[in-house]
Amino acid sequence: MKLACPLCGARDIREFHYQGAASLADRPDPGAPEARQEFLDYVYMRDNPAGENRELWFHAHGCGAWLVATRDVTTHEFLSVRLATDKEPTT
Amino acid sequence: MSRLAQGGLIDRTRQLPFTFDGETMLGLAGDTLASALLAKGRHLVGRSFKYHRPRGIMTAGSEEPNALVTIRRGNHAIPNLRATTQELYRALDARSQNRFPSLDFDLLAVNDLLSPFFGAGFYYKTFMWPRSFWDRVYEPFIRRAAGLGRLGLEPDDRLHDKGFAHCDLLVIGGGPAGLIAALAAGRAGLDVILADEDFLFGGRLNAERIDLDDQPGNEWAAAIVAELRAMENIRLMGRTTVTGAYDGGIYGAVQRVADHLPAAPADVPEQIFWRINARHAILATGAIEQPIIFPGNDRPGVMMAGAVRSYLNRFAVAAGRSVAVFANNDTGHRTARDLLAAGVEVAAVIDTRPDATPQGDYPLLSGAQVIATSGRLGLREITVQTGSGRQRLRADCLAVAGVWAPALHLSCHLGARPVWRDDINAFVPADGAVPGMRAAGAVAGLRTTRDALKSGLAVAREVIAEHGRKAPRIRLPHCSDGPVECAPFWYVTAGKGRAWVDFQNDVTAKDIAQAHRENFRASEHLKRYTTLGMAPDQGKTANMAALAIMAGLDGRSIPEVGTTSFRPPYVPVSMAALGAQGAGRGFAPERLMPSDALARKRGAVFVELGLWQRPAWYPRPGETSWRQSCDREARMVRETVGICDMTTLGKIDVQGRDAAEFLDRIYVNNIATLAVGRTRYGVMLREDGFVMDDGTVARLGKRHFLLTSTTGAHDQVWRHLTFCAQVLWPDLDVQPSDVTEAWAQFAAAGPKARDLLHRLTQADISNDSMPFMSWREVKIGKITARLFRISYSGELGFELAVPAQYGPSLAEALEESARAEGGDWFGLEALNVLRLEKGFLTHAEIDGRVTLDDLGLGRMMAARDCIGKVMADRPALRAPDRMQLVGLKPAGASKQLLGGAHLFNPGDPVDREHDQGVITSQCFSPHLGHPIALALLRGGRGRIGEQILMHDHLRGVETLCAVCTPVFLDPEGGRMRG
Repeated sequence: MKLACPLCGARDIREFHYQGAASLADRPDPGAPEARQEFLDYVYMRDNPAGENRELWFHAHGCGAWLVATRDVTTHEFLSVRLATDKEPTT
Repeated sequence: MSRLAQGGLIDRTRQLPFTFDGETMLGLAGDTLASALLAKGRHLVGRSFKYHRPRGIMTAGSEEPNALVTIRRGNHAIPNLRATTQELYRALDARSQNRFPSLDFDLLAVNDLLSPFFGAGFYYKTFMWPRSFWDRVYEPFIRRAAGLGRLGLEPDDRLHDKGFAHCDLLVIGGGPAGLIAALAAGRAGLDVILADEDFLFGGRLNAERIDLDDQPGNEWAAAIVAELRAMENIRLMGRTTVTGAYDGGIYGAVQRVADHLPAAPADVPEQIFWRINARHAILATGAIEQPIIFPGNDRPGVMMAGAVRSYLNRFAVAAGRSVAVFANNDTGHRTARDLLAAGVEVAAVIDTRPDATPQGDYPLLSGAQVIATSGRLGLREITVQTGSGRQRLRADCLAVAGVWAPALHLSCHLGARPVWRDDINAFVPADGAVPGMRAAGAVAGLRTTRDALKSGLAVAREVIAEHGRKAPRIRLPHCSDGPVECAPFWYVTAGKGRAWVDFQNDVTAKDIAQAHRENFRASEHLKRYTTLGMAPDQGKTANMAALAIMAGLDGRSIPEVGTTSFRPPYVPVSMAALGAQGAGRGFAPERLMPSDALARKRGAVFVELGLWQRPAWYPRPGETSWRQSCDREARMVRETVGICDMTTLGKIDVQGRDAAEFLDRIYVNNIATLAVGRTRYGVMLREDGFVMDDGTVARLGKRHFLLTSTTGAHDQVWRHLTFCAQVLWPDLDVQPSDVTEAWAQFAAAGPKARDLLHRLTQADISNDSMPFMSWREVKIGKITARLFRISYSGELGFELAVPAQYGPSLAEALEESARAEGGDWFGLEALNVLRLEKGFLTHAEIDGRVTLDDLGLGRMMAARDCIGKVMADRPALRAPDRMQLVGLKPAGASKQLLGGAHLFNPGDPVDREHDQGVITSQCFSPHLGHPIALALLRGGRGRIGEQILMHDHLRGVETLCAVCTPVFLDPEGGRMRG
């Protein structure tokens, strides 16, 4: 498999580290009243969709960029990839 | 002799002697082992898996179920090779398998007499009771009887390799469709790999008497291959089987580089396992002829008709003196015509179709079936049922011409199911079964050479268009073969005796009927209940007939019964090829420290830590154990000075306007308050509240920090920092950089460390100008170095860092200065002793399950938020009976403290329920003169002064221990502050 790093182009999947669901990017507010419950969900709870999944990938053996990729987990096809530091697509 | 006087694609001028079961024979260059054996009239080559039935060569390709042999000897022996694909070479040493003492007389053939007990499902029914028989009787019996060839027990020292290739188009199969597709793509300028498992490209063109224009098919193929070879953008990979299709256009392939040579030349691997990245692929794997199932069909001499034609036309070998043909289609007649043209006697053609007419000068029995065979170790006679009765025919070879089933296995590897086509009685690959892959030729269900060429060209044009190139004009030749009429006749119901369906796993038609009776009727149930298709050949010549028999039993059609799927690998792949470069040195990269050459010169003993090669100790003359060296080195540091290469520590440079804020969110303790020129110990948590790592933070400037991470945790820490910077807080102006390999770093520790460094740098590094936990730049000659006053040993300590390229020369300079002060190098073992005496942590303690408070560091937690703070506050993580870090000393007769041993209250049972903790690290302290240990003990900090029992279940050691604080030496820290 290859993953198209926005900085490096299509690279072998083994250059990347898979971190997990992209929901990890949305760290709860530690000062919120229900912070502990929100952190429990944030740290431990994941959706398990049979289809499109938003994921975090790290180009560990490449440029060091964190990527947000949308992948169809039933076919392993990457539907989109962007840098984590880029704004969410407007569409 | 059954080698024909002329013809064939063999080199009659090159005779190759070889041995089979010790008997020396002569073959010819261009032979396979199977063709050379058949040329000597030898059909019997093996014994079957379960019943040890005599078995002969059945096919001429990799689908062969019977002719499995072992070649070579000792640790170079390769078992389970198919004689039908093994190229002959000078002095090839081949042996049959699964027989004792010999092929002709096999003791385990007694299994055949017991066959009524070994029917379908016998595994599940037979060995059930008495229960106690399993260990002592059944399992040893099964183990002895199971398996085919045997591996040598010595390590295989031959070279195997992995390969990585990239191409625009991978063409799988070098028959007519594959050749024309590769030619078109090659001429269009695509990067093409053409792989074929045979050593001769051309596929069936080498095995049939088909003319293309006015040229024999094999010559046409050779001309195309010559043109392909001349193109730089085409890579021809013969002897290469594509074994699997994987996600994203990746294909696995095994290339047999030296299996056809007496020995691999120096530095040439035996086999290469390729990982091919292909944007497109063309599946041109052809088709596999399927047997018609009839009683006694496993007698040596019964072969596939396509194989008989291969041996005849390609190898100039007549598979028998008098050959009968049993056919449900026109290729049986083609077989008879080819045999007659070569001067071989055709006993008869038995055609299942009532309306079949003769197509040559041979006896034809229309609407007839073979219902029995006879002959002890080879075929002598067949019995034929015709409309008017039964008749016997003498024949030493029976060519069975059945349906050709597309070799579509690779199209199933990503989970797609093939599609049934009534018009050709076969499954074909589903469209889009593997993204980027298209099927062409016989595998796509095409039945003439002309159609195969047309489809090869058509799919090549599609691929060329997708690459934005222009397809070349190629004129297709006229082909002499016409369409083939085929009846959907799969199995004979008349006659008595066993009819074999899966030859490799010894499954009969009766077993399938039994599975049906017992309601294992779905194809997947049938497979698992009877083991049909589960042998290494994956049922390449068995699955279709089995489905047909099952369909016939309950009036379903073949597609209603279903098809079994196929998984990689298409053919068996040796572990040596799959695991190439995966053993011994080279398995993982080695990271060498700047002082590596010096340490090796000094005779240091190395230990692997992560990927780093680190000196564990530096033996001196007269020292006979590691403990002597380690104790000396540890004492040296406490008494004079020692130096140690610390380059393996992770180093992360953090810069930016928000660098201080960023680090405050990472570390539990305050970093923003750190003054420029100062260094601080820091601990970071994972978001779940457990400790991730510890290290030091130096403030190099207002917006500039340098972090260290533990050698083994560096990858995780680095990933964590970049995650925080890019994913969590992209709004912060901060840039971490991994500078681990940019700096060589050495520790100097001991009472004379300051003298040593002053000698080297001439800098003022007195306690006033350079106090504990400070850092400054110093000059060593013209080089600017960073000097940190930190200590991992509890002694007066410094760490000196220079750009990595100066590391080796600094190591030499340090060694010289250290010796002048009476010191020397110390290794990882002494470092471990020094840190244990001080109660400093490693990842033996920070094992992913400990909290800050468990380590006695709870007071470090700042008031503000940081990663992990919310979750660390969970009640269970603050419970008073958690495992807490303590020190242990022996308090009884036994002095032994062992890492990993568990702790119990004296008098309690030593079981899991009463477990009180575990020893994380231990050593002998030369300073104290007895062993010491760090341990995680339930409620440990409240138990200082109590006694606890160490019980090591594994090594059978018990030691009564005194619980103490984890700092064994200089608890006030005066030595390192002085």
